[in-house]
Amino acid sequence: MTYRDAVHEALRDALQADPRVFLMGEDVGRYGGSYAVSKGLLEEFGPERIRDTPLSESAFVGAGIGAALGGLRPIVEVMTVNFSLLALDQIVNNAATLSHMSGGQLSVPLVIRLATGAGRQLAAQHSHSLEGWYAHIPGLRICAPATIEDARFMLAAALACPDPVLLFEHLYLYNMEGGVPPGLERVDLEHAAIRRAGKDVTLITYGWSLYKCLTAAEALAAQGIEAEVLDLRTLRPLDDAAIMASVRRTRRAVIVDEGWRSGSLSAELTTRIVEQAFYDLEAPVARVCTAEVPVPYAKHLEDAALPGPAAIEAAVRSVLARDGGG
Amino acid sequence: MSEAHEPAPTREEGLALLREMLRIRAFEDRCYRLYGEMKIRGFLHLYNGEEAVAVGTMQALEPSDAIVSTYREHGHAIARGIPMDRIMAELYGKQTGCSRGRGGSMHLFDASRGFYGGNAIVAGGLPIAVGLALAQALQHHRGITACFFGDGAVAEGEFHESLNLAALWRLPVLFLCENNLYAMGTALDRAQAETDITTKARAYRMEAAAVDGMDVFAVGAAVRSAARRVRAGGGPALLEMRTYRFRAHSMFDPQLYRDKAEIEAWQERGPVITLTRRLKALGLMSEEDYQRLEREAQTEVDAAVRFAEGSPWEPVSELERFVYAERAS
Ligand SMILES: Cc1ncc(C[n+]2csc(CCOP(=O)(O)OP(=O)(O)O)c2C)c(N)n1
Ligand SMILES: [Mg+2]
Repeated sequence: MTYRDAVHEALRDALQADPRVFLMGEDVGRYGGSYAVSKGLLEEFGPERIRDTPLSESAFVGAGIGAALGGLRPIVEVMTVNFSLLALDQIVNNAATLSHMSGGQLSVPLVIRLATGAGRQLAAQHSHSLEGWYAHIPGLRICAPATIEDARFMLAAALACPDPVLLFEHLYLYNMEGGVPPGLERVDLEHAAIRRAGKDVTLITYGWSLYKCLTAAEALAAQGIEAEVLDLRTLRPLDDAAIMASVRRTRRAVIVDEGWRSGSLSAELTTRIVEQAFYDLEAPVARVCTAEVPVPYAKHLEDAALPGPAAIEAAVRSVLARDGGG
Repeated sequence: MSEAHEPAPTREEGLALLREMLRIRAFEDRCYRLYGEMKIRGFLHLYNGEEAVAVGTMQALEPSDAIVSTYREHGHAIARGIPMDRIMAELYGKQTGCSRGRGGSMHLFDASRGFYGGNAIVAGGLPIAVGLALAQALQHHRGITACFFGDGAVAEGEFHESLNLAALWRLPVLFLCENNLYAMGTALDRAQAETDITTKARAYRMEAAAVDGMDVFAVGAAVRSAARRVRAGGGPALLEMRTYRFRAHSMFDPQLYRDKAEIEAWQERGPVITLTRRLKALGLMSEEDYQRLEREAQTEVDAAVRFAEGSPWEPVSELERFVYAERAS
């Protein structure tokens, strides 16, 4: 099954399991979803529950918030994170605040799915990785399913959660093939996951960058360097325990994020490591992030701007070279 | 529509308009092929079927006017006079491209021609157009700002906020809605409670008219008369160009939402075919004339492809340039 199939199956399950669940967004129905994730759902569940919306991100995300307040369990698809900027007010000023601001009287059990990421030569306005930005906001839960199993089961966990959950699906993942471990039927939103064990350095990452890290780890293994790869899965709240446990074991950390580095998720991770595991480190924390430019169209420029396995390998080698001698 | 009131075109006028539309058509058809050959990447939104809107509009505007466009803007850029080879080089991502390879198909720019770019966020250009018009008005500039957007954009708050602001401040904006009946797979009547876009514009107290966007003369006449009023300080106006896109939304669209018969019916009244028939019927153009125009368009596209192929890549060392303005010190 592909990642796309896994998200599709997750949507079907959710719609079958709970009559309060419905899906709305641009072109989710007739068109089948701009990444073909919701193909066939309109036919199966009808237009009441598979709702095509006009190009009105602020209105339909806000309507999702209202519907959640009113007792439904909306899944809102905002085609890509780029267009979520038009709904930012609703997400940040309403979804994120209503529970707290009402003194706990209200809750917003809303799920927003968004494609994210660069790498398809879509140029600056269509290549944002703003999940780290959303992870800045108290009241939101930010998840990044990177594996088939998370694509398959994170949605159910998100729907079971009484808070607004944003699920970021990197556009490179949809065609990825894989399977779900036999017997696995649910996942949580709380824990980071070690996707490859290693003792020399921890690569901390999420989303599509996970596979860049695994590729780099493979190459490093051939050079006798054992990298551990930690998939954050949830970007807010961060699983500090898992991060520190791994870093304490390997004593070195390289953070790989397709977001920009200034004022970013990678900066937050670095700070937490420094705050909580400073004396366990053998070397300064390193980061591999997107160059600080709006992502350019031309392939060679885009490739140069984005984190890649070669840059990850180089960062690991330089971290090892800077060892305090432990 | 307005044909009855318009004087018959001269041979020169007719051929010039057809030439422009054929240039766009040939360019777009070549882009389609080049995408298949992976020379062009990213999103590619072709303009086939809508050529009369760009051509009719641009020949009715002045060089000092400002243009704000969308991601479906090759036709606007060509009709505005941006050299085709610079556009093609941009689609190749080359240094010689009109955005130096940074923008690609959705982001063609040419400041020297007042072309303020393709915008890939639906309705994202409308507020900018209002601001350009504000600058024109405050500086007593003679120019106006023409702003293209699709029928899908009408659903965005930015459309409504911009129309209101432009009308409130009586700014010289000409809003040009390219109503091709679909926003990706969503038909207009499935996105709008009121499908008459001119009604919305009138609600903001601006003049608005619907135009047969398949008729390049109708487009030209409507833009000329609206632009005259806008230029004279009459405040903004909106024209709803009724048109149709012949190709898929982008290169990733299986077109499950419309049937072949509908596309064929619109193709039958497409802008190139109707103008060709009309010029021939009026005895203003022979088949040889038509063949020659088509050949010339192909030759120009061939040269543009050669230029793009032969152009250098921007060195990677230049990656971080232009993030901030580069001032001469
Ligand atoms: C704010 C925003 N939402 C969604 C999209 C994705 N998208 C790109 S084009 C498009 C359809 C726009 O249709 P329309 O405005 O009618 O223009 P057309 O493509 O028909 O020329 C959509 C939904 C986008 N680019 N921007
Ligand atoms: Mg449209």
